[in-house]
Amino acid sequence: MAEPALSIRGLTKVYGNGFHALKGIDLDVQQGDFFALLGPNGAGKSTTLGVVCSLVQKTAGKVSVFGIDIDKDFARAKNNLGVVPQEFNFNQFEKVEDIILAQAGYYGMSHREAKPRAAELLKDLGLWDKRDGSARALSGGMKRRLMIARALIHRPKLLILDEPTAGVDIELRRSMWDYMRRINREEGTTIILTTHYLEEAESLCRNIAIINHGEIVKNTSVRELLGQLNTETFLLDLAEQVSEVPTLDDFQIEKVDSSQLAVSVKRGQRLNDLFSQLSDLGLTVVSMRNRANRLEEMFVSMVEESNAEAAK
Amino acid sequence: MNAMQIAVALWTLVGKEVRRFTRIWPQTLLPPSITMTMYFIIFGNLIGSRIGPMDGYDYMDFIVPGLIMMAVITNSYSNVASSFFSNKFQRSIEEMMVSPMPNWVILAGFILGGMARGLGVGIIVTGVSLFFTRIDVAHPLLTIGVVVLTAALFATGGFINALLGKKFDDISIVPTFVLTPLTYLGGVFYSISLLPDFWQGVSMLNPILYMVNVFRYGFLGVSDIPVGWALAAICAFITVLFAIALWMLERGKGIRG
Repeated sequence: MAEPALSIRGLTKVYGNGFHALKGIDLDVQQGDFFALLGPNGAGKSTTLGVVCSLVQKTAGKVSVFGIDIDKDFARAKNNLGVVPQEFNFNQFEKVEDIILAQAGYYGMSHREAKPRAAELLKDLGLWDKRDGSARALSGGMKRRLMIARALIHRPKLLILDEPTAGVDIELRRSMWDYMRRINREEGTTIILTTHYLEEAESLCRNIAIINHGEIVKNTSVRELLGQLNTETFLLDLAEQVSEVPTLDDFQIEKVDSSQLAVSVKRGQRLNDLFSQLSDLGLTVVSMRNRANRLEEMFVSMVEESNAEAAK
Repeated sequence: MNAMQIAVALWTLVGKEVRRFTRIWPQTLLPPSITMTMYFIIFGNLIGSRIGPMDGYDYMDFIVPGLIMMAVITNSYSNVASSFFSNKFQRSIEEMMVSPMPNWVILAGFILGGMARGLGVGIIVTGVSLFFTRIDVAHPLLTIGVVVLTAALFATGGFINALLGKKFDDISIVPTFVLTPLTYLGGVFYSISLLPDFWQGVSMLNPILYMVNVFRYGFLGVSDIPVGWALAAICAFITVLFAIALWMLERGKGIRG
């Protein structure tokens, strides 16, 4: 079996102020995977990725990138890595193209090799027209795309994206998703993503790890995780107005407003039963949707469980 | 990284540093030229004409090497201090940290960038001085050697300052409270032979005195201190500061969480 793109064993980080950010986590991300690392703010996501790309000094543990131990040959490991951080980290006064070409130079790419690659990325990411302008003149979404172009200049085999679509409008977010899917599928780039948009993780990623209080709470496939979802809550829009909450057998129901109901459906229950009972009561459902993203429900329940454990 | 890739990385970083200070030339190249012109007019021409010869040389000729050296020292130091600190502040230093570029290349790139500005300003100031006096260089190789070493030394000092700095004020403290007094007391405007014995002894503790004097020796062939000893001291200082800066960079001091 091929070496994992990323392998983490017993990774521990204790900051100078005594904060235990990572408590010996283990994690494997296989080559070609599209992997989500999820967790609430301060859970340890960025610290984990920071250690992998050399921005954070680990306290203990072992990290390997494509089988290369970062303690033994970090330079070779870094050659395989592309990093898109959470916050803008380029010189705002430099020209867009210069930022990308300088990054290529830091990886030892000659100008002759880097120039066409930069042009390709700038075109793919819709920044070609802005290449001669100062980076500070870019919109927030464009700055995020600039960081993606910069991270891909040396054709990394593993791309790390720390909240790449934070603050990006829906249309742009979807075009970024398409681009990430494309490089994952066509170029075989392994992608690790952290995000607060659970819809993003559900839509893009095949495997997932949830981290909380510096520990991995769950590490599985998205499909398996969603299969563990015991209850889904649906919002039903009614054609009629209701004054009281209707009573249904086996379904927990609450009134959101006079024409909308929230119904909890447990695993094994059939929606047909729900609709037939509503029909019997003379109620017509004109539309329905999940109250929250399914992964979000799962995520919230797991984080709550983990918080309760931590509080014990 | 192989040798060619390292050369590309170093060239990229130095080129970026040079582009930075040339892009903002009204802040980096123009002010020292104007300040030094003022020194030449006021100290060299107006006051200097009343002071008379210093160590047997016309006062203007005496202060020219010192003023060039002062410009080189200040600009080499402040270029690296402000550039590296602003990379830290904007977090663009992370671009280098995530790359496979070795730390010594990062350090060398910033030092060479600082030296380029220091020496560039030195050349400008030398050009300005030609409007006020004729320059004869007694020992050209020594003159070039000592100014290059001095630029390297202070660029390295600026790097350490920027690594340690937590806010912009921190990178102006050393130039204001350490470098400027040491430069003024380093024999730029006077020969230490004018001082009482005790203060001559105290002056010998000032490293800038050695650089100014060796540089002046290169121009005029006259120095207050032994030239060979001074060159050895400058090389020793560079080695020690480079080692400290590299150690700090390897440990991630001031840049890594």
